Amino acid sequence: MLEIVQNNWTLLLVGQYPAGPLGGIVATLLLAIAGLALAFPFAILLAVARLSPYRWVNWPATAVVNIVRGMPFLMVIFWSYFALPILIGRPLSGFWTLVGALVLYESAYLAEIIRAGIQALPRGQEEAARSLGFGYFRTLTFVILPQALYNSLPALIGQFVSLIKETSLGYVISVNEFTYAASQLNSQLLVRPVEVFSILAITYFIVCFALTQSARWVEQRIARTRQGKSSGMQIQTNPLATEPMP
Amino acid sequence: MIRFDKVNKWYGPQLKVLNEVTAEVKKGEVVVVCGPSGSGKTTLIRTINRLEPIDSGSITVNGTDAHSSKNNVNTLRRDIGFVFQQFNLFPHMSVLNNITLAPRKLRGMSRAAAEEKARELLDRVGLADKAEAYPAQLSGGQSQRVAIARSLAMDPPIILFDEPTSALDPEMVGEVLAVMKGLATTGITMMCVTHEMGFARDVADRVWFLDKGNLLEDAKPDEFFSNPTHPRAQRFLADLRH
Repeated sequence: MLEIVQNNWTLLLVGQYPAGPLGGIVATLLLAIAGLALAFPFAILLAVARLSPYRWVNWPATAVVNIVRGMPFLMVIFWSYFALPILIGRPLSGFWTLVGALVLYESAYLAEIIRAGIQALPRGQEEAARSLGFGYFRTLTFVILPQALYNSLPALIGQFVSLIKETSLGYVISVNEFTYAASQLNSQLLVRPVEVFSILAITYFIVCFALTQSARWVEQRIARTRQGKSSGMQIQTNPLATEPMP
Repeated sequence: MIRFDKVNKWYGPQLKVLNEVTAEVKKGEVVVVCGPSGSGKTTLIRTINRLEPIDSGSITVNGTDAHSSKNNVNTLRRDIGFVFQQFNLFPHMSVLNNITLAPRKLRGMSRAAAEEKARELLDRVGLADKAEAYPAQLSGGQSQRVAIARSLAMDPPIILFDEPTSALDPEMVGEVLAVMKGLATTGITMMCVTHEMGFARDVADRVWFLDKGNLLEDAKPDEFFSNPTHPRAQRFLADLRH
């Protein structure tokens, strides 16, 4: 297995780059980062809109969330592959098609996590901020969201992990990413599919595991600050919640 | 300073929580609101800064109609301190940031000036050493004193207390009441829902007694405790002495 990696590491790392398009694990990470960076603010907007008392705000947001959550991701990919170019009026690269699908799909799931985090806060937090004279949006930014996002961190990280894994579905629309590179490699070598796809699996695992572990570390650091810096005691976080969502 | 004029409020079509409440709190006065549970005390105090809407009547705070949609509710609330039963400190911020948040963001005060003021306030509530602590590290009594300091940071002419000692262990009630007593002497207008009758007797200028949404008594504490006029208030006081 090692010698497959040694002989083909550039293909696995960056695809055919610089001779061809960027691919491999680097493209996978870029896809995940772009998807995440765009999906997260959208998710916050959706979550806040869903909690709005105005029907013309919360109704469309609820519709988007429910429709997207009722579709398989593969369908969202096909949909964005065929519909996005029509919507924006020009052809779109595979990379951005997949990012579009990821943002649409993941922001719906992330929005529900964030909404739950907001609703789980005691009502008194909002009332205290409003009583001081903060308006709706400042109450959200200074008081509600920092707490809601922190409290839902384990579930958010789980969703981020599933976002990374979902980039592999870009394979079906031939996006140059890690799974695509692995299958190219497989058709080159022909006789060693188990090794090639084991490399793929192990690498995905390492990336996702590193993310959950570093998130847990950040979480414990914040918890420790709030409990008092002097106590070096480990804070128990909820171990169940790091499981990624489907 | 605070005037209620024929204030009515219903929860649903059946339950009337405030019935034709008409009363006034003068500038610098300390008013204690008492009454049995479910009598509308908390609702009454929450209507002053519009945390609860009212159905009819009017509430005038410092000359402005608190429930008129023409008046900006956020500007109104800046001048009304509010202390909750459950403290409601922001757990993601240090004590210092809890206190300085509003002056910095709403009054545009510099961090240095706001922190200096916050430390003064903490000194006044006896918690000068807790500036860097987080709410999770404080006892109930300490949390409530920080909450009082936080609501004073905006220099409000009025401060409202909604059962400030009801969520505290008995041994911590005293430290919070002491801070409130100190505050009462500063000339701030104070309104306080509480079951601490000792506090009412010692500190209040007037005691209001509420039952089923009706304001039955509005009297000086001596009169109220020695000689309540309404039979419901007599019964309430008799039950307290058990």
